[in-house]
Amino acid sequence: MALEGKVVGRNVRKVDGLALACGRPKFTLDLDLPGALVGKILRSPYAHARILRIDTSRAEAVPGVACILHHGNVDRVPYTTAGQGWPEPSPYDNFLFDRKVRFVGDRVAAVAAETEEAAREALRLIEVDYEVLPAVLSPEEALAAGAPAIHDEDDAEGIYDAQHNIAAAVDIPVGDIERGFAESDVIVEASCEIPYSQHVALEPHCVIAYFDEDGRLVLRTSTQVPFHVRRIVARVVGLPMEKIRVVKPRIGGGFGSKQEVILEPVAAALALRAGRPVVMALDRAEVFTATRTRHPMRVRVKLGAKKDGTLHAIEMEALSNTGAYGAHSLTVLSNTGSKTLPLYNKAPHLWFHGKAVYTNLPVAGAYRGYGATQGYFALEVAMDMLAERLGMDPIELRLVNHIRAGETSPIFEKIGEGREGKPQTVKSCALEECLRVGAEKIGWREKRARRRREGSWAYGVGMSVSMQGSGITGIDMAAATIMMNENGSFRLLVGATDIGTGSDTVLAQIAAEVLGVPVERISVYSSDTDFTPFDTGAYASSTTYVSGMAVLRAARKVREAILEVAAGMLAEPPEDLELAEERVTSKKTGKSVTLSEVGHRATYVVDQRHIIASASFVPEESPPPFAAFFCEVAVDTETGVVRVERFVAAADCGVAIHPKLAAGQLEGAIVQGIGHALSEELLFSEKGRCTNANLFDYRIPSALDVPALEVVLVDSEEPSGPLGAKSIAEVGINGPLPAISNAIYHAVGVRLTRAPFTPARVLAALRG
Amino acid sequence: MQEAMKIYFELNGEQRYVEIEPGESLLSLLRRLGMKSVKSGCETGDCGACTVLLNGRAVRSCTTFAAQVRGKRVTTLEGLGDVDDPHPLQEAFVEAGAVQCGFCTPGMILVAYELLSKNGAPTPQEVRAAISGNLCRCTGYVKIVDAVLLAAQWKREGKWR
Repeated sequence: MALEGKVVGRNVRKVDGLALACGRPKFTLDLDLPGALVGKILRSPYAHARILRIDTSRAEAVPGVACILHHGNVDRVPYTTAGQGWPEPSPYDNFLFDRKVRFVGDRVAAVAAETEEAAREALRLIEVDYEVLPAVLSPEEALAAGAPAIHDEDDAEGIYDAQHNIAAAVDIPVGDIERGFAESDVIVEASCEIPYSQHVALEPHCVIAYFDEDGRLVLRTSTQVPFHVRRIVARVVGLPMEKIRVVKPRIGGGFGSKQEVILEPVAAALALRAGRPVVMALDRAEVFTATRTRHPMRVRVKLGAKKDGTLHAIEMEALSNTGAYGAHSLTVLSNTGSKTLPLYNKAPHLWFHGKAVYTNLPVAGAYRGYGATQGYFALEVAMDMLAERLGMDPIELRLVNHIRAGETSPIFEKIGEGREGKPQTVKSCALEECLRVGAEKIGWREKRARRRREGSWAYGVGMSVSMQGSGITGIDMAAATIMMNENGSFRLLVGATDIGTGSDTVLAQIAAEVLGVPVERISVYSSDTDFTPFDTGAYASSTTYVSGMAVLRAARKVREAILEVAAGMLAEPPEDLELAEERVTSKKTGKSVTLSEVGHRATYVVDQRHIIASASFVPEESPPPFAAFFCEVAVDTETGVVRVERFVAAADCGVAIHPKLAAGQLEGAIVQGIGHALSEELLFSEKGRCTNANLFDYRIPSALDVPALEVVLVDSEEPSGPLGAKSIAEVGINGPLPAISNAIYHAVGVRLTRAPFTPARVLAALRG
Repeated sequence: MQEAMKIYFELNGEQRYVEIEPGESLLSLLRRLGMKSVKSGCETGDCGACTVLLNGRAVRSCTTFAAQVRGKRVTTLEGLGDVDDPHPLQEAFVEAGAVQCGFCTPGMILVAYELLSKNGAPTPQEVRAAISGNLCRCTGYVKIVDAVLLAAQWKREGKWR
């Protein structure tokens, strides 16, 4: 380990682990609120329709119905659900309720009633006349001449070309791509496609809206972005921000789906209209169809290389389906290029271009990997093809081309978060070592050299690499407050939003390391817009790096204040003192005082003050974590069944503050990626209705579907990060799709380029 | 209006006599009684987050009617232990790093409890099979399997009370 910490780098107990393992009522819906109404949503049965008439009179007559909201009785405010920083890079193409519905499951109205039964009965009795419009069910249809415009409203803002259903577009040339290909000795091209897939956080989206004793609106919600929720709800329901408090309790997983501010404005509007608390919880079918999904995308990658394998030109073209609304349409699309192309920084000629288009299908949004997952599938399959064409080992081809510490890529500056980025030099990169360790563990050389076959089963190995980022350069901001209690313990208040990742623990470790105490002496509180400082939230692999730096800075200020008080007690200058093991000790005399003595003196005795400090951090760069993935698959050539037998990943996340939690992030991400590769796909009828919106028909991996999985954290130290750390949450999900596709190719000689690799698709490929 | 029904059953070692709604699920009843460890993840019996033990056997409380537990013994995670006196399985889940978001954890621990009550020395594959009806989206199951094996080892070493 690069940093031999007392606390950092150790597997301390997860600070909320035991309470969660004991089932303590820590989640949003675990709070019983007497007198709360139940909120339910009426959803569109049509993929595309105009609401001609809505009559709620019969529904309102149902006993127990408190209020019904629809486009006719709420303010019309264009906004985006994306839950990003401000100014928001996603188009303002959403309304609380609209005169038009744009996918099966779109909101038509909402009811608050005394009981769930009354709410359901009211939903049944709302009369709606629709003018059904032709539906657009694929990106190709959306772009076709004469296609119906999905966003024909005149008050949406920020849509790239609404008339042609283009939510966002990018066109980033570097160098001269035509010359690049002309000068290349070898050219390969791959086109890969990812369908609709869903996050499937185990806890469905839910929120409780209520009023505190002063009449302020409180939203207790399952969110990744409490501060963005406050800002967006304030705007949509027309309340001043200071009248809203957003509380984030424990969250049952997010993976991006809870970055979206979907339910909160509805619950807030219902509670305000009824003047009563409202509880809303989506069912699993609603989570699948009416929250958010990964952006389905087709990515075409064309690589030009010299005979020695050096990449000379890379073209990447992406066609992204953002569904009915444009949440994250531009930024996910941008990320498809910005998180992939810098990895191979040797090519002087690049062209990244693409479009995100509207369809009358569920809304895509943020999902772990965030476009990079889509990009790496095509890029890493293309690299496998290139290795074959060149007669090179795939690992060797990566070694020739991947970015190293001290190097840069023009892409860092060209593509940012929906605008230009910032130049960046990579300061830590242990990808070479990741490749070496991973290859050794999987037995790459032997298994690659001879293909095994047993009966109808063919075996093969494949690999891929990926990088991601750590937060959003120049945009994310995190703040932390640390206050000392007089007994020498501390309270750490962070806006950083632990959604199950363990970030409360990681942040406590950083504070504990600086303050010379065990983690148990720090109680962490996250996050509450009334009581914790600002943080943009848990997304873009930002928490350890961005929030961690804020905590590090706050802890250093508190340490200074402690040393100052102790200096008075020991009659020595602060620079001669050190803080460790809950004591301040003189390096000269060896005399010491305990933190409790320091705390009591500062609080009650002399020159009294609360030892407390806040600090903020804005990242000037987004250091990429790197990972290498290797897998062994078995393909049944008779049935087309693919089994992943073994999966090895080696990752560089800088100093792992908590190695077990970091490994857990990697393992979880890889298994999600295996799900994407083998089984996960939302299916739709010809009218745009999702036909498998349940956990029986939409298969996520169970414990029996998981291969022997081995993850290795390879040491590096990121100089710009908190105690050497960078991110780990997302990078793992990019690996499985291309690694498994490449392994299938090694096993049976066919390229699977459309996920998931179902038996039917594998058989079809085998039969040509 | 249908008449309310009252039933006796044993909940975490205590006799309860409670009113239930017609058609009410066990999940709803238990959460109403304050057993918030029982989580609702799908209400179709597919995810396992609502798992409880009914006479010692793991069942999905979302697809079990409250009326079905009349005269029976129900154990929720609250019945196993609490933070000041946790069950070794709860300790093992924390120790092994098996708790990420914690939403699937109550169900996972209860199916593991059932497994270990029948098989004190399960193989990793037996653990995977036992928990395969309970979905987790955070961990990739690696550390959950570790946790159950650790708890089994503690049990064999006589560390369970």
